[in-house]
Amino acid sequence: MEEILKIEHLSKRFDDLSILEDINLSVNKGEVTVILGPSGCGKSTLLRCINGLEEIQEGNVFLDGKTVNPPLKNTGKDRTKIGMVFQSYELFPHKTILENVILAPIVVQKRKKEEVVKEAKQLLERVGLSSKKAQYPRQLSGGQKQRAAIVRALIMNPEVLLFDEVTAALDPEMVREVLDVMLDLAKQNRTMLIVTHEMAFARAVADRILFLDGGQIVEDTTPEQFFDAPKTERAAKFLQTFSFES
Amino acid sequence: MDFEIIRSYVPLFAKAFILTVKIGWAGILLSVLIGIICGFILYFKIPGLSLLVRCYVELFRNTPLLVQLFFLYYGLPSVGLSISAQICGVLGLGLLGGSYMTESFRSGLSAVPVIQTESGFALGMTKPQLFWHIILPQAVSVSVPAVLANMIFLLKETSVFSAISLMDLMFTAKDLIGLYYNTTESLFLLVCFYAVMLLPVSLLGSVIEKKLHYV
Amino acid sequence: MGFEVLWKGKNLIRLLGGLGVAMKISLISVVISLTLGILLGMLMTLKQPLANAFMRVYLEFIRIMPQMVLLFLVFFGVTKISGWNLSSEASSIIVFSLWGTAEMADLVRGCFFSIPAIQYESSKALGLNRLQTYVYVIIPQIARRLVPLSINLITRMIKTTSLVMMIGIVEVLKTGQQIIEANRKTSPNAAFGVFAAIFILYFLACYPIGRLAGYLEKRWEN
Repeated sequence: MEEILKIEHLSKRFDDLSILEDINLSVNKGEVTVILGPSGCGKSTLLRCINGLEEIQEGNVFLDGKTVNPPLKNTGKDRTKIGMVFQSYELFPHKTILENVILAPIVVQKRKKEEVVKEAKQLLERVGLSSKKAQYPRQLSGGQKQRAAIVRALIMNPEVLLFDEVTAALDPEMVREVLDVMLDLAKQNRTMLIVTHEMAFARAVADRILFLDGGQIVEDTTPEQFFDAPKTERAAKFLQTFSFES
Repeated sequence: MDFEIIRSYVPLFAKAFILTVKIGWAGILLSVLIGIICGFILYFKIPGLSLLVRCYVELFRNTPLLVQLFFLYYGLPSVGLSISAQICGVLGLGLLGGSYMTESFRSGLSAVPVIQTESGFALGMTKPQLFWHIILPQAVSVSVPAVLANMIFLLKETSVFSAISLMDLMFTAKDLIGLYYNTTESLFLLVCFYAVMLLPVSLLGSVIEKKLHYV
Repeated sequence: MGFEVLWKGKNLIRLLGGLGVAMKISLISVVISLTLGILLGMLMTLKQPLANAFMRVYLEFIRIMPQMVLLFLVFFGVTKISGWNLSSEASSIIVFSLWGTAEMADLVRGCFFSIPAIQYESSKALGLNRLQTYVYVIIPQIARRLVPLSINLITRMIKTTSLVMMIGIVEVLKTGQQIIEANRKTSPNAAFGVFAAIFILYFLACYPIGRLAGYLEKRWEN
């Protein structure tokens, strides 16, 4: 097993408010890690720290042994090794779907346009968006936008993919189409860190569950163990909020 | 209304029209230039300059163009700084407009949500790339309606140029009324020429606003 | 620099008096404009085709024509056509009221249509009648948007009244010119001081009002 992502003693504070405290984590290549926890537990912040979107007060995040947060100078290219998909899609509204996908490979990775367009078309085809490539984001449904956003992250060929509550803003009938794309990626042995509230999906896709509460990793275990026999009181209580019989 | 008189006045008004349009659009061009520069200064919060720009914007937004022109044209020469009437017109309109354009460009830039920048960051873009590919295009389309409204406002403001003895449309109209009492004809031509100057911009404004509606 | 002229005799008082003349004209026009503008704006929300067509022509004409042109139309045109000799003060009040009313009506109409239909529907669902819906739900929301916008309109009207000197009213700029003329010999660079002072006077008149509008806008936005 080859380690790809390593977090050492990470602490994140907003002024006096502590969001994450002394997080230590090692993720192996091809591992699908689902991060669960109550609202405000710091799970989204953790993803943002991994991607260098948040300044951290203590600790280090390493990717392939190189530190990505605190960021070294000239990390533009290094950051492409981590892809991120946001809850609110954040496609660029002034560009078509295809233009959204090919922008970063061309301007950041300096790849040839024809080659990028070809790959983009293939990827869009795979997620069922072939017919939408010339349209603008506003013309697409939420589920379609989110699939396009996943393709936009994927085409950079990142070593780690971060998903920040990517189905939370979607209508229920569109959640499935996005989760299916993610399941497909997991099967291709992509390294993924997923923050979600979809418990059934978490169980199906995860190799490993992290349970965060109060800015700390409370449990780090297998999905079976976590859902069937949580070790801590806090995890049990959290799981109870999702079930109605009790 | 006597059409014979109107016909004989048209060349006079046309000449004044050209002068008004020339100074008007030169001033607008200057105002856009000032607006872009000052808008960037405010958006990037450049220390020192930001404060200066804010003072400039407040000062010129809260005073009438007529007063600004009087200061430039009559005030400055008395301390040894003479500027020609035409330059004064361009400068006055440019400075007034610049203060409005600055606001429009700044608010356009800050209307782009932070998370859009972050998603660009997540794709590995550098700050200049982000600004060029993500922020600027969105900011421009947000500010276009305001910029066009400013242009209409500035073209209308050209009507005070006669106060600094520029022979513009108002000057010509007033002159002809004073000399020959052909009030109806002069006023008719005055309205027509201003309509010709402003209607296209106003129409363009409504067309572009409809087209740019993508968010 | 010519500022000493201001302290000579009653010069500063005269300037302030000139500003007062401009302010008086703006104040009267503001009161008329706000009143008529609210009425006409409400009229436009009723969707009467004839009234709306008339209002659109009126608004568009006012929007496109410089206030200076309007001033000429009324000052010279009305006198010519009707024969009555309209004083320049009356002309300017008519013009600024016509203009201010158009602007205000447009603001009112805009604010009315910015209230989403669901607000009416949810009021209905709560059992409020039409009058109650307007009094408790709609008008308070409109007022919050409208008040800052109309305060801004007031500063625009104050600035616009500087134009009245062009039809011969002795307001602050004209008074300034008279002061400069009278002191030509003793202070040759009076023009700088006097016009700088007028610049600052207008700023002092408009800036606080603009700030108030900005403050209210921030406080009430959500």
